[in-house]
Amino acid sequence: MYNIIISGVGGQGILSIAFVIDQAALAEGLYFLQSEVHGMSQRGGAVESHLRLSETEIFSPLIPQGEADLILSVEPLEALRYFSFLKPEGTVISSRTPYVNIPDYPPLEEVFREIKKVRESWLIEAGQLAKQAGSLRAENMVVLGAASRYLPLHEDNLKKFIRVLFQSKGEKVVETNLKAFDLGRQAAESQA
Amino acid sequence: MEKVVLLGDEAVALGAIHSGLTAAYSYPGTPASEIMEFLIRQSAGGKNFVAKWCVNEKVAMEEALGVSFAGQRAMVSFKHVGLNVAADPFINAAITGANGGLVIVTADDPGFHSSQNEQDNRFYADFARVLCFEPSSHQEAYDQTREAFDLSEKLGLPVMIRLVTRLAHSRAPVEVREPRGKNQGFKYGYGPDWTLLPANARRRYGDLLQKQKDLQAYAEQCRFNQFFPPEPGQRLGVVATGLAASYFREVANRLETRPAFLKISTYPFPQKKLLELIEQVDEILVMEEGYPFLERFIRGVAGLPGKVIKGKMDGTLPASGELKPEIVARGLGLPVRNGVSLGDFKLPARPPQLCPGCPHADTFKALNEALQGYERGNVFSDIGCYTLGALPPYRAIQSCVCMGASVSMAKGGAEAGVYPSVAVIGDSTFAHSGITPLLDAVYSQTDMTVVILDNSTVAMTGAQPSLGTGEPLDKMLVGLGVSPEHIRVITPLPRNHQLNVGLIQEELAYHGLSVVIARRECIQILGNK
Repeated sequence: MYNIIISGVGGQGILSIAFVIDQAALAEGLYFLQSEVHGMSQRGGAVESHLRLSETEIFSPLIPQGEADLILSVEPLEALRYFSFLKPEGTVISSRTPYVNIPDYPPLEEVFREIKKVRESWLIEAGQLAKQAGSLRAENMVVLGAASRYLPLHEDNLKKFIRVLFQSKGEKVVETNLKAFDLGRQAAESQA
Repeated sequence: MEKVVLLGDEAVALGAIHSGLTAAYSYPGTPASEIMEFLIRQSAGGKNFVAKWCVNEKVAMEEALGVSFAGQRAMVSFKHVGLNVAADPFINAAITGANGGLVIVTADDPGFHSSQNEQDNRFYADFARVLCFEPSSHQEAYDQTREAFDLSEKLGLPVMIRLVTRLAHSRAPVEVREPRGKNQGFKYGYGPDWTLLPANARRRYGDLLQKQKDLQAYAEQCRFNQFFPPEPGQRLGVVATGLAASYFREVANRLETRPAFLKISTYPFPQKKLLELIEQVDEILVMEEGYPFLERFIRGVAGLPGKVIKGKMDGTLPASGELKPEIVARGLGLPVRNGVSLGDFKLPARPPQLCPGCPHADTFKALNEALQGYERGNVFSDIGCYTLGALPPYRAIQSCVCMGASVSMAKGGAEAGVYPSVAVIGDSTFAHSGITPLLDAVYSQTDMTVVILDNSTVAMTGAQPSLGTGEPLDKMLVGLGVSPEHIRVITPLPRNHQLNVGLIQEELAYHGLSVVIARRECIQILGNK
């Protein structure tokens, strides 16, 4: 069983990350069960998706407390929100780029310091890399790229379904998102 | 068999399509909206079957009943509180009975994720005396929907399916079976069973009571209700329904010896299987999402002699909120793993809020300013994105109860002496349930101001079409008898602020009924164009 929490703020493309991982898991013959948030919270609030991958049948759509292997966050403060789910030996991969839409957003250095208390934690310049790839909206794919070497899935499959996800929006959007994925992956590798 | 990745909601929708659906009706509401969203996408503009958003749940239920009377298969779906709106035709549909398969899907919201309550609609099925399925997985959501259509036609009764948020809004692969075509039979003019004059109704209710034994017999042999005896030496029995059964399965392998386990997926529930479990154990733990519906039956008044019954009523499980795997683990006495602690770090909440550029924000700012100086006023509001106007920085509204209630409460408030008495309601909510109370206010010439936030969509649930927007809305107001001089339209934009404040002040000062329409398209649908 491999348990992932994907987190961020409504509108940051959490469900797009989930779609790519789900489809890649299906292509690789794994079981998966993925919960998501619709409705009120999507309006600029905290959103999360619990995504579970396994070689055997999965029953609970929710990850039990203390049993997440990976927190994959498109926003640094939102990574912290789910620490009670993280195994002490688990991994955090988060964007460094804050989404400030609340008056009491803590100083960013404090947020980073908390994230770095987890031994396996990586902060990625997702905003900057997304821009470099061609669109600020591709932060989610940067973070997915950075996390890809931890996922029990083949990189080719992830990329295949990024293509599937964005193909209706045209080749340029597909290329931007694939580039964002690659830049994220390279950034994580250069830190490792 | 083919595997398809589906939300729980979509598994129900696909199950209905594969059952030979003729028509489906709904009103948007979290966590049920994705059922109709999926159906509309699959309907090919109505070529394959009818899939429509309706003005409200009552209308949806009645339209579905019309389809069923014609011998065709119909489904309605809505969030749990939607069934309150549709309760009248729902209860009576059990008495008229169904002709073509008629399935009612309720998506309950334990934990109040997006709702004003966490009512448990299994009580409605019991109340109406119809059979209810409660799937524990995506596969069962698909399979039980297909079963529900078969059973509805076999029993001649509507059948209900109860989902909960975590099943409705999670995604997994589902194996699908061969679809079947629509019903070929067509009926019309079959009156005596459908005309609930007292004499007919008594006879039909008698028929419904007679059928209860068939429902019970079905529950006893239904493949979705499963009993597993305990391992030797284990004196605990777990009775778990729907998704609770899946949470139990998640943690059960951590127990040293397996308890007896009864998984329940139908109501009426399988009494014989339950008695079989009770005989083999000393302690019974009941797990269910929502209210302690089953637990109350099992406890009765006197309990079970010599047995300990645990669940939500004795505090073993929390009385409110949704179940979670760690809650179920604790209920079984299993330890829960600790995650990573944040220590002293104070994590601020990030509640949902109006989008940047939202027209409601400009309306609230203008309304707040217009109301300055009044001490005994009240702003009654309603269900939608604009309910977020209760939160800072706006703090512009003082109520949210149920669809359309703003208008009725403003009238009641005005009659009790509240002035200004203001109702704030969205365009779709107005069409849903605001028209009838406004007619009441016209008739009484109530001194109140209704602000209709016309953003031309059902925004909160994902931009479904609104049935009461734009020019038709203006005409509707005139048609209802609101004086045309007191139907005012503003464009909520920062640059119009002073103008809008002045106009609202005029209508607040007017001692009669006025309607201010704040008209600007939702920023979300604008962005999607």
